[in-house]
Amino acid sequence: MTSDITLPFYQALTTDVNALSACQAQDELQGIRREALERFAVLGLPTLKTEAWRYSNIQRYLKEFPYELLYATTTVPAATIAQTAIPELDSYRIVLVNGHLQADLSELPAGKGITIGALSAHTQAPGFTTWFNKQHHLAQESLATLNTALFADGLYIELAANTVIDKPVHIVHVYTTTQHAFIQPRHLWVLNRNAAATIIETSVHPDAGAVTFTNSVLETVVEENAELWHYNIQQGDQHFREVHTTAAQQQANSRYHHFNFTLPGTPFTRNNLSVALNGSNTETNLNGLYIANESQHVDNHTFMDHIMPNCNSNELYKGVLLDNANGVFTGRILVHREAQKTNAFQQNNNLLLGTKADINSQPQLEIYADDVKCSHGFTAGQFSEESMFYLRSRGIGEDAAKALMVNAFSHDITDAVKVPALQHYLQEQIAAIMNN
Amino acid sequence: MLTIKNLHAEVEGKQILKGINLEIGKGETHAIMGPNGSGKSSLASVLAGRDNYTVTEGEVWFNGKNLLDLSPEDRAREGVFLAFQYPVEIPGVSNLNFLKTALNEIRTYKGLPAIEGRDFLKLTKEKQQLVDFNANLMNRSLNEGFSGGEKKRNEIFQLAMLDPQLAILDETDSGLDIDALRIVSNGVNKLRDAEKSFVVITHYQRLLEYIVPDFVHVLYNGRIIKTGTKELALELEERGYDWLKEELHLKEA
Ligand SMILES: Nc1ncnc2c1ncn2[C@@H]1O[C@H](COP(=O)(O)OP(=O)(O)OP(=O)(O)O)[C@@H](O)[C@H]1O
Ligand SMILES: [Mg+2]
Repeated sequence: MTSDITLPFYQALTTDVNALSACQAQDELQGIRREALERFAVLGLPTLKTEAWRYSNIQRYLKEFPYELLYATTTVPAATIAQTAIPELDSYRIVLVNGHLQADLSELPAGKGITIGALSAHTQAPGFTTWFNKQHHLAQESLATLNTALFADGLYIELAANTVIDKPVHIVHVYTTTQHAFIQPRHLWVLNRNAAATIIETSVHPDAGAVTFTNSVLETVVEENAELWHYNIQQGDQHFREVHTTAAQQQANSRYHHFNFTLPGTPFTRNNLSVALNGSNTETNLNGLYIANESQHVDNHTFMDHIMPNCNSNELYKGVLLDNANGVFTGRILVHREAQKTNAFQQNNNLLLGTKADINSQPQLEIYADDVKCSHGFTAGQFSEESMFYLRSRGIGEDAAKALMVNAFSHDITDAVKVPALQHYLQEQIAAIMNN
Repeated sequence: MLTIKNLHAEVEGKQILKGINLEIGKGETHAIMGPNGSGKSSLASVLAGRDNYTVTEGEVWFNGKNLLDLSPEDRAREGVFLAFQYPVEIPGVSNLNFLKTALNEIRTYKGLPAIEGRDFLKLTKEKQQLVDFNANLMNRSLNEGFSGGEKKRNEIFQLAMLDPQLAILDETDSGLDIDALRIVSNGVNKLRDAEKSFVVITHYQRLLEYIVPDFVHVLYNGRIIKTGTKELALELEERGYDWLKEELHLKEA
């Protein structure tokens, strides 16, 4: 078995995909895994001809190294986690190493109605049997189907009806491998009726001498009148590559606030984010900020699926592209015929600060209902010279002035962050990036 | 303190300043008047270092340093301050954060440590009072949605905070109501001392009743065509500029 997977990634998959799945296929998910694998076989790995991957050459990155596909679980020492704390943040902590829960470093919220643990240990849980792999967009994304077929483990969170977690939950993802590895974490978070939580994800990448490529999938379910504040902070590293798929489902009267911050480091990042609105009167806020430098590639691929009437969605993605960084933004909004009285707004603004920086942005609006309010907008520009001169005329040096301007540019995203310690942390990170 | 010699400058290939000579001593206040489009703001811009102006001839010395060699930020750090005729709005940059950054950048340049939070707030309070600047505006974005008068007051408030040696006020009086004009002028007067110099650009004699200048210059068509004392401003108020233009044409003819 292992001999096959030392082959370059793409060959291993195309030559003997069935043999690969055999290792993971011992569990009760066999049926789901096999089906996903069949689907993957149909979709294949994305190429530049795949519409949704036109600007992101993932194959180039998959071919870079011979990735191990079935990397074994590892643990990390407490010291690894020490520097991941967000100053002043009072939170619970969950440590996942390559997707595997490391309990001894975690500090889980306890209490009635809270279930948190390894996904593999909760495949019989009601939330799992009801919701796992049910978000229908997943079947459209080949890398998500690959994850379903081959994932090892991840984090399961279920909040029973009326359960509110009193403090933010900080998930620290540790990605570190001693061999080049393609790892596939899989998470499922379910907030039942009237439940509420704030979840913050950050990551750390201790260098163990190899490149780690993650292909993670997170499904979130926000049941009736539940509310989820979800912050994903991607601070990468040179020896890290990432494809991350978040598939959310919202039921009636629910609120979902998603924040995605991509900061410099990882050469290749692709975020798939899709939200399916299965109930009416929902609110969805999708906020994104990407700051990329050097030859970083950041692709945010988003999809708001307005299935039911009377729903509001608001999407704001902002990008700061330095050096020869490359940004891609896709904002698909689909308003079904039944989804009358939809309000769906989308905006993508970019600062192109590098001489070779570049952005490809495309809204995709498909509207089949007639009584809707939808809009989209796109900008790409530089700093206003007037503003720069004004700041400099007050003694502020060029770099500090740029830092102020980038802070200003991103303030509507950072201002929307509801956790003060996190907001402060992000502002400091942004300032640090601009000042170096 | 400031010596301008035969200064020529152009913008977008158009000659705007055509040989300005001006000497400003320590503690002096100079008024510059002149018709619209004569080059007053351009002169201020060139002194502050706006880079769309190209100096084609001449020199500017500030305390023994070649001002034209310095970046805009270094000019400010050396003590040159321009209160803009049209201050820009910068959404997202808070007034307070902006001022603190500016103050600390200037302090770093001078080899001083960053200002303590408490001292900064104290200074802010004191200077706000000086120009009666609404404290609520402090936490707002820089000039965003400020009224015309509030923007002008903010300029003078910044001037008070940064404490420059040479302050150039470009039509600070326009947009100020009668009371504000008095308050702001009084504020400026309190900042005046034997070490500081002011250049006040204005169209109206009224401002000069408050901020009494030592010299009044008339700028016309990129050149200073007349220099006098405060009485010249009164004369201009009465007679306008035509008589000066005629005088000039006679001289040139
Ligand atoms: N960026 C520019 N491009 C072209 N011409 C310019 C530019 N900036 C200024 N000018 C021109 O330079 C001349 C002088 O302008 P300036 O603003 O210095 O006049 P001013 O004396 O300050 O006038 P006002 O009293 O109206 O403020 C004007 O003819 C103006 O149109
Ligand atoms: Mg002017």
